[in-house]
Amino acid sequence: MSRKVYSDAMSALNGVSDGMTLVIGGFGLCGIPENCIGALREMGVKGLTCVSNNAGVDDFGLGLLLQNRQIKKMLSSYVGENALFEKQYLSGELELEFVPQGTLAERMRAGGAGIPGFFTATGVGTKVAEGKETRTFDGREYILERGIVGDYALVKAWKGDKFGNLIYRKTARNFNPLAATAGKITVAEVEELVEIGELDPDEVHTPGVFVQRIFQGKNYQKRIEQLTVRKG
Amino acid sequence: MPLTREQIAQRIAQEVEDGFVVNLGIGIPTLVANYIPSNKFVMFQSENGLLGMGPYPLEKDVDPDLINAGKQTVTAAKGASFFSSADSFAMIRGGHVDLTVLGAMEVDEEGNIANWMVPGKMVKGMGGAMDLVAGARRVIVAMQHADKTGASKLRKKCTLPLTGRKCITKIVSDYGVIEVTPQGFVLKEYAPDLSPEKVLDATEGKMTIAPDVKPMRLA
Repeated sequence: MSRKVYSDAMSALNGVSDGMTLVIGGFGLCGIPENCIGALREMGVKGLTCVSNNAGVDDFGLGLLLQNRQIKKMLSSYVGENALFEKQYLSGELELEFVPQGTLAERMRAGGAGIPGFFTATGVGTKVAEGKETRTFDGREYILERGIVGDYALVKAWKGDKFGNLIYRKTARNFNPLAATAGKITVAEVEELVEIGELDPDEVHTPGVFVQRIFQGKNYQKRIEQLTVRKG
Repeated sequence: MPLTREQIAQRIAQEVEDGFVVNLGIGIPTLVANYIPSNKFVMFQSENGLLGMGPYPLEKDVDPDLINAGKQTVTAAKGASFFSSADSFAMIRGGHVDLTVLGAMEVDEEGNIANWMVPGKMVKGMGGAMDLVAGARRVIVAMQHADKTGASKLRKKCTLPLTGRKCITKIVSDYGVIEVTPQGFVLKEYAPDLSPEKVLDATEGKMTIAPDVKPMRLA
């Protein structure tokens, strides 16, 4: 039953190799699989295609893989806040496909749900629509977007059990439940790994069937990108 | 004098009705939340997965797992909920969000908007903006009337890559309140220190002055 449990990121990522497509959870630096990203850097796999809403910052998150020139292509909705990214992209070193945020979420959801494509009004009449099939429903134009499945999906949750059931915390949920469905092999790292039966089934966000490998992460930095406070 | 950023936000706040679910973009739109009167019940949606966004936290309550779409630390208001990005955009794309307020680099007289890219220069991305303009029931653009060189940002035709086509119906700029109609821009209200003619002069796109045009009321 606990065939899914691994000791750390390095062992859980066994099999990730050059040129693979990785679907990665997180929004900005919130809810990113920190341990997995660290291990990918250590492994040194190259030519990766990363599907992730953002690309981290210069020295954290996916920025760590950009520094090492391990990423060949990114599918993202927003990559501001990352000077290194901008430099590699403008010099032609890095390929980039901008995907509207809602379309990105839906492409992961569709891929994970066995739906190869769907129509959306998002992006009609813009660069995003270029080269895409269009169709009119009830008088409105829509474009065809494809579902995404990655060789691996890397997600971060708050709690998980040894079957792979996951619970996320607050806005660290974001793309994680969608990414979790969209990997041929999904690797989940959790802050707290518990025994089967310890999570309330009513509270589970990602049912364990979507998760093939799970481990308890360590040394979470949980960096804050924009610290904003009010005075008491 | 044109309006300040705060005054633009203050005017937009008047468009928010009791019971609305509102998504506010980064920049001036974020300020709109500061001007909603307490007798209106409004839920703010943040597209990273929060409905019911509260104010910034006290220093002791800062939580890295609780941010808004601008990646700022925030709080959850009473009645809030958290959800995935797919659910978030189901709300947006599905027309469940009453109003979205966002900034723009250009808007044109057909209601096209450009706010995500300057080719060869700015590479940031559209984030959720394309979904928001395509899906929200109402879209208000909060923007400066002119760019830094003084050129009008209310154009005949957008020159930058579009975020959305024919989706903008209302603009609140530092010069006035403008509706976008099949006949082009229509000036409904002007900044108290300006005149309708001044706004017209500062606008590149085709603009007419509404018969009932009036100075903006900010209080």
